[in-house]
Amino acid sequence: MSEPLIHARGLTKTYGDFVAVDGIDFDVAKGESFGFLGPNGAGKSTTMRIIGATSVRTSGTLTILGKDPEVNGPQIRAHLGVVPQQDNLDVELTVSENIYIYGRYFGLSSSFINKKIPELLEFAQLEEKKDTKVQALSGGMKRRLTIARSLVSEPDILMLDEPTTGLDPQARHILWDRLFRLKEQGVTLLITTHYMDEAEQLCDRLIVMDKGKIMAENSPAQLIKDYSTKEVLEVRFGSERNHEMVDVLRPLAERIEVLPDRLLLYAEDGEKLLEQISAKGIHPNTSLVRRSSLEDVFLRLTGRTLVE
Amino acid sequence: MSDVIRKPSRYGAMHVAEARIRNMFKWVWIILFAAVINPTLYLVSIGIGVGSLIDANKGVNGVSYLTFLAPALLASAAIQGSSDEVVFPTMAGFKWERTFFGMRSTPITARQISLGIFLAAMVRTTVSVVIYWVVLDISGALESDTAWLAMPAALFAGAAMAAVMLALAAKIEKEDFFFMIVGRFIMIPMFLFSGTFYPLSQMPVFLQFFGWISPLWHATEIGRYLTYDYPLSGPTLTMHFGVLVIMVVVGLTASFKIFATRLEK
Repeated sequence: MSEPLIHARGLTKTYGDFVAVDGIDFDVAKGESFGFLGPNGAGKSTTMRIIGATSVRTSGTLTILGKDPEVNGPQIRAHLGVVPQQDNLDVELTVSENIYIYGRYFGLSSSFINKKIPELLEFAQLEEKKDTKVQALSGGMKRRLTIARSLVSEPDILMLDEPTTGLDPQARHILWDRLFRLKEQGVTLLITTHYMDEAEQLCDRLIVMDKGKIMAENSPAQLIKDYSTKEVLEVRFGSERNHEMVDVLRPLAERIEVLPDRLLLYAEDGEKLLEQISAKGIHPNTSLVRRSSLEDVFLRLTGRTLVE
Repeated sequence: MSDVIRKPSRYGAMHVAEARIRNMFKWVWIILFAAVINPTLYLVSIGIGVGSLIDANKGVNGVSYLTFLAPALLASAAIQGSSDEVVFPTMAGFKWERTFFGMRSTPITARQISLGIFLAAMVRTTVSVVIYWVVLDISGALESDTAWLAMPAALFAGAAMAAVMLALAAKIEKEDFFFMIVGRFIMIPMFLFSGTFYPLSQMPVFLQFFGWISPLWHATEIGRYLTYDYPLSGPTLTMHFGVLVIMVVVGLTASFKIFATRLEK
């Protein structure tokens, strides 16, 4: 394997007594789409800022494109495209101007940027808004502009911190489609998310983080295989009875997780399990069979749900 | 994957200033209007109103009140313009719009961001000062051939104030607190106690203290020296310049540090 684009060993960041990132190891290869999955406060964004050469690690080794961000911050940042969790566009300027000035920050020439702008506007589906002040854009449009802006320097690594948080479902799907195209073009993507569907859609490989530590690392499919069953049967008996039913159902399922409003029964064949339960004369108020997801992986690893 | 030359620019501060100036252009008419209307209001109300009383009493320092007042008004306009132009963008950059964090994720450094904001503020201040000077000149407030030198003196005051305010605006994260302190306890007392409307020596010594620490007073003294026969010794003149230079250097050095700390979170 060629030298990884990002190489981290024992990466640690502390703020006083608080350990935000606790000695994590990972490598990201060129062209890979790599995800950090975990709940809010897991240390994903801190990790991203350290990789983005804007926050200095407390200890551990880290190289990005073979360079140390602590020593070569600006040189590394010249190769990164960054989409932060919170948009930080210049709201007084127009859509085009935002792309233009951002390109200037990279030291790019006006002629290069001006050639690039139409292409980026098309990518972000903002052609008609090019002369509109950012103030007037919707949340989804601002998000797309932030991504378009980050591509002006043709980065080697595109870093997206919670790219679709706060967007409605339609806007999310448009964004996913755009990111998928970048992935196809061979751009290395680094994504943090607390949405399992996002991680499953976009990431070739991901690490599951909780409380600053890596809980597991693999492809989404393999993680599900390793830490969950093929299917999940979700049953509800009403909040009073859910707890009572746990002991009755435990021998039937491979594993049970108790959530406040429902029970998750893990099995290779959910429908078959439901039949077994009915045969015993147990009838839940509602039932649903679904495939296992990363949410189940996370629940298994941490005993908690991703979105709390 | 591309032939883009990716090397951090040495002119990062200029690019930040460029972005700021583009922002100012959205308000260009308001900026220009304010640059004309402010001196006009002061000239009519104080220069002519108060001035007619004082001139009937043989003026100040042997010159007309308008001549006495002009360098102070010019320096004060420079200070007001330059502080506005660093304070609001800094608040927006760190907090309201977080644009500085966007800049910081490019090869631009924290130092280049703070320097860029400062430079852009000085561009705007230069425009305002020139317009102000022209209005003063048209109104006959400027008598000597060296009157144009009041402009660099005023810009010096603007630079000193901008550098200090840049550090303060970056340091004080609570904007309500900032505006309360700056508006009430810095800007207005400075305007009133810096020998703007009368020679500072008219005040009891303990009140003269405000003038000594105020860039407005130092710039006004230089401006008066340059625009009419106002007597200042060589060492005094050097001291006035020295104070302004120190404010610029200390203010900028502090801003570089504060920006770096705040952007590194």
